Amino acid sequence: MSHQPQQQSSGQPIAFVSAQALRARMHDAVNDPHLRQSFRGAMDFLMAKRAAQFPDQDELDSLRALSEGIRQYSLSKLPDLLEQLEANLTRNGVKVHWAETPDEANAIMLDIARRHSAKLIVKGKSMVSEEIEFNHAMEAAGVGALESDMGEYIVQLAGEKPSHIIMPAIHQTKQQIAKLFAEKIPGVDYTDNVDALIRIGRNVLRDKFESADIGLSGVNFAVAETGTLCLVENEGNGRMCTTVPKVHIAITGIEKIVEKLEHVAPLYSILTRSATGQAVSTYFNMISGPRKAGDKDGPEEVHLVLLDNGRSQAYADEQLRKTLQCIRCGACMNHCPVYTRIGGHAYGTTYPGPIGKIISPHLMGLEQTHLLATASSLCGACGEVCPVKIPIPELLIRLRGEANSAPHANPAMVGQGAAYDPKISFVWRMWARLYARPATYRAFSWLATRFRALTPRKQSGWTAARTPLQPASRRLRDMVKDRR
Amino acid sequence: MSNPVVSTHAGHQARSYPSRPEAVYFYGTCLVDMFVPEAGMDAITLLEREGIRVIFPDNQTCCGQPAFTSGFPEEARQVIASQLDLFPGDYPIVVPSGSCGGMIRWHWEKVIGDDAALQARAAAIAARTYEFAEFLLHVVGFSRKDEGPATTVTLHTSCSARREMGTHLVGRELLARLGNVTLAHHDHESECCGFGGTFSLKHPDISTAMVTDKVAALKATGASQLVTADCGCMLNITKRAAKEDLDAGRAKPSLPGEHLATFLLRRTGGKPAGDQQ
Amino acid sequence: MSARDRILTKLRAAQPAQPNAMPDLDAHYTPRVRGESKAERLARFRTGIESFHAEVHISSEADWPALLARLCADKQVATMLYGADTPAGQRLDQATFPATTLRPWSGQVEELKADLFHRVDAGFTQTRGAIAETGTLMLWSSEAEPRTLSLVPPIHFALLDADTIQPTFFDVLRTENWAAGLPTNALLISGPSKTADIQQTLAYGAHGPKELVVIVINAEGDAQ
Ligand code: SF4
Repeated sequence: MSHQPQQQSSGQPIAFVSAQALRARMHDAVNDPHLRQSFRGAMDFLMAKRAAQFPDQDELDSLRALSEGIRQYSLSKLPDLLEQLEANLTRNGVKVHWAETPDEANAIMLDIARRHSAKLIVKGKSMVSEEIEFNHAMEAAGVGALESDMGEYIVQLAGEKPSHIIMPAIHQTKQQIAKLFAEKIPGVDYTDNVDALIRIGRNVLRDKFESADIGLSGVNFAVAETGTLCLVENEGNGRMCTTVPKVHIAITGIEKIVEKLEHVAPLYSILTRSATGQAVSTYFNMISGPRKAGDKDGPEEVHLVLLDNGRSQAYADEQLRKTLQCIRCGACMNHCPVYTRIGGHAYGTTYPGPIGKIISPHLMGLEQTHLLATASSLCGACGEVCPVKIPIPELLIRLRGEANSAPHANPAMVGQGAAYDPKISFVWRMWARLYARPATYRAFSWLATRFRALTPRKQSGWTAARTPLQPASRRLRDMVKDRR
Repeated sequence: MSNPVVSTHAGHQARSYPSRPEAVYFYGTCLVDMFVPEAGMDAITLLEREGIRVIFPDNQTCCGQPAFTSGFPEEARQVIASQLDLFPGDYPIVVPSGSCGGMIRWHWEKVIGDDAALQARAAAIAARTYEFAEFLLHVVGFSRKDEGPATTVTLHTSCSARREMGTHLVGRELLARLGNVTLAHHDHESECCGFGGTFSLKHPDISTAMVTDKVAALKATGASQLVTADCGCMLNITKRAAKEDLDAGRAKPSLPGEHLATFLLRRTGGKPAGDQQ
Repeated sequence: MSARDRILTKLRAAQPAQPNAMPDLDAHYTPRVRGESKAERLARFRTGIESFHAEVHISSEADWPALLARLCADKQVATMLYGADTPAGQRLDQATFPATTLRPWSGQVEELKADLFHRVDAGFTQTRGAIAETGTLMLWSSEAEPRTLSLVPPIHFALLDADTIQPTFFDVLRTENWAAGLPTNALLISGPSKTADIQQTLAYGAHGPKELVVIVINAEGDAQ
């Protein structure tokens, strides 16, 4: 088959989202029974698969501690390792580019595309490319950018965004995909047989691998000591994108680096087991350069784009730096009761779920992300499963504090104070007065229990779904005094 | 439906327990003090019945958790600072709530600020703070004869008790020690009930979806009641169930719930404070 | 200042004065060493890779070309591409394949791209070794065996010497000291290409080979 999909749009770019709009989105999502059901089912499946990969709690504990240690070690040497990586990649023949912003990154890649008069860029899975709206930037410049990961391909065909960082099309049922393929791919009839659907995707995309001018990929681990880019995947599209076209561009955040090659062994193991509950992925692809003299295939040029986009802001703070330990396994979202109920799109960010809540403020600023940190019961399920032990709840609390703080002249975070509300701050100040003064608290609690009949029957969000709270007639301290 | 088992490890080291002390401090928590005093009272009665003197510091107010988790660390700090003098003796501190216990044990030292002396005091308090059920099992060695009729209950453990204090196994063990009580496990047992303090007020939609699922899972066990060692979750769950009853015109509560202390006391021949009223 | 310098300057300003201690990988791996025999390693490798839908055949140094010929006939492989300048390739040069045309790779990929994508049914490669823990093959690309050989054709035949199976990936990196010199492309393969992107339903043959067939040369001659 050599049909062009009729449309290759990639969803709306992530525009500024107000807290109000975000709230409305979450409201709609949580009230969509279809979405609730499919996410619940998918997350249950992924949780059970992960649990089956870690039958030995001691091994898990030890591997998590090691993985955390490796990520923290790497971050503690981050600038050195970046320079080492650059030197070794350059020695291997890879061209290294640095970008502070999405625009810079896109400009670098567009420049490469123009140099090669590229018409089509075929893409392996890369969340960083989502983060910088790569597809839009290329299409705006007349260069086609086609997703080739099956899930990403489906999402792109539907004009949507990924709703999960590992399983982008997790929100779509096979019937929806069947309909989509029948509508968008010429010559394809409706079938909801999964094998048949995958065959259709395979056929469309094989032609593209063969003809594309450039392949784009993400990076799972960049190894400084050898100058190697490691990619984890099951489908083989990543290998296609990095092997068949004449030019391979890899893009990664500056944090995805390790010093030693042997450091990837534990990280790779815990990544696939945490992510999809696989003992190992089908492919682990380690790229150390372009086609050399004598080589018969492989790209003639390999580029690496190192993207900051707010990561250095997280790096600047010892606590927030832990955000950068992330290896993007998605386990935190699979185990998140909030993500399970609202799905990935409601977050309005490239990275949804708990990791999205802690990384997005650095990428997008707190103005449009501060509400995310509050959309958590702090249950701790994310922190419990995170393979690199990022204390996600602790970071959510910290971000709430940054958002609440009175605006600074020199904010350490973009959008610091974005949720600052003098009225709410006043309420908390009064609260602290009350509870930090035992005598005042005693008087207040005495009154509240004695005049409990006056408790309002409507208690904002609480009574929407619950009967009202009412103080008891006597406090514990009264009972304690009267006992015996 | 599948019931994925999330790691049973609390992310923290298993702790070693002291021998049974002569006395304990009882830190009732602001929620118990004003909203569920009988649960606190029953916990105290259980301890006293075991011959342990219970000291209730009158200046106790709140562990600071509401402000801390809402992102008002300075306000939390002020409240915590006011609580550091409450426990002058070297007795254990017993807290009938996993989340408040977790706040004291894991966060006071960090929230209290840079003053090393204050940090040391907070750390010393943290080291001898125990969640009530944990204390009852591991320190008191609770084993009283179950005098109640055969019954089936279901247990909800708060997320902080489970993940910060590692006490969900404790609740199970205490119930198992009652000879006549069967514990019915519920679907997605390790999942949050959706309370999360101000989360339930700030995101009522999501919180409601969570508590509604939790109530359904608990009811689906067919257990006669809910037992929990955390009053925040208890209020969230039972008041949601009560609302469902109200909306459906049911007079009899479809999911009655009580604190583990109250349940244990009643089963072992004691008189819960709530029953006396 | 360039973007590079600006980024590095920001990071340097925040970098801890002392880096963390080097992580101790041995503390994790050493106590978990299994001390298993070659046969146990082979069995574990086999169970692993079969669970990922690969086919495994045990053969011997003498017999494997005949076995491969039979498998090619069974699978109706009309054309199989292989790398000629390898020990295994030299065996194939000599072998007779009744149902299959054997085609040695020659020239640059550009010259045979169309055939590779449309007319070759199978690719044959040697392997550098395997990993017992996960059921994983290791391939290093070379002038004789380019990367696309194990990627583009619908069937990938891989020849593995049972003596080269190691317990874990970590063991491989350590004992073979990969860090001292990697090829352009080093690859771990655990099964045929697959995806679960549609409703978590597993489907094989996503973009890479639909079938992975492993022929193990087992010197101890355990011909199962
Ligand atoms: S934060 Fe942890 S659990 Fe979440 S994606 Fe990153 S590594 Fe995985």
